[in-house]
Amino acid sequence: MKLLVNGEAHEVAANTLAELLAALDYEGDWLATAVNSDLVHKANRAEFRLSDGDRIEILSPMQGG
Amino acid sequence: MFELLGTTLPSRLLLGTAQYPSPAILADAVKASGTSVVTVSLRREMAGGRAGEKFWSLIRSLGVRILPNTAGCHSVKEAVTTAKMARDVFGTSWIKLEVIGNHDTLQPDVFGLVEAARILCEDGFDVFPYTTDDLVVAERLLEGGCKVLMPWCAPIGSALGPVNVMALRSMRGHLPGVPLIVDAGLGRPSHAANVMELGFDAVLLNTAVARAADPVGMARAFGKAVDAGREAFSSGMLEPRDVAVPSTPTIGRAVFS
Repeated sequence: MKLLVNGEAHEVAANTLAELLAALDYEGDWLATAVNSDLVHKANRAEFRLSDGDRIEILSPMQGG
Repeated sequence: MFELLGTTLPSRLLLGTAQYPSPAILADAVKASGTSVVTVSLRREMAGGRAGEKFWSLIRSLGVRILPNTAGCHSVKEAVTTAKMARDVFGTSWIKLEVIGNHDTLQPDVFGLVEAARILCEDGFDVFPYTTDDLVVAERLLEGGCKVLMPWCAPIGSALGPVNVMALRSMRGHLPGVPLIVDAGLGRPSHAANVMELGFDAVLLNTAVARAADPVGMARAFGKAVDAGREAFSSGMLEPRDVAVPSTPTIGRAVFS
């Protein structure tokens, strides 16, 4: 499946958002995720099914003012 | 002590966490300032990366309250989604709402800000809107559900200090019961003391501390200035006069001629 993850194109064999995170070596309870500009709660990643062309944002805490 | 949205805070200084020379200096500056609220943001994490974990671990070790921001968002949709992602990670309903309207001045898009604030307030957020010193915008934000406002006193990172004291004074005077936090534009502790003397409830700053030659010393200085300004406001200051008034009693002075 072709996905855009944090602005970069990826070809990944993943059906759900949780599977995508595992496939790309993302782990940790400090991550926030959105698909196609909408939040996907941490608790919903395992059930959230991805579609070809989805845009995924994976964010984590950073310094801010 | 400072009562903010039902929470008692020991300091009226809120501090940003960006641009410090090192994580250790950031931690020391937070402690030296006496603040109990720091701002943080969300940014893209690299695959396999743990940058966020390290930073988040540091912040949690400081025992301070988190005020996540939506810095860098230029649309209502971006800001709303970022706020929701922040709530998911940080577990707080507090959000510093930024909707930037101009790349050069980083001036808030106040129209988008009001719209985003309304959406987030209806969704249960405690919205801290980064806004201008415009009173009518402030009133619209309050109508939209905001319980606290954060007007700028000058552009972000400019260090100019309060450039429109009349507008700040007007906002304070018109909104006596609303917590008002001056956010952005402060450069020196005297600037912070100045706006606190005007009756503002708190200040939020980052660059002036983080980019100082000695951030820890500057954090401490800002903490003192905020306290001094607040105590001065609470103590009732003299209004300026155009005439001299002797401070030493004139009655009973000696006559030598």
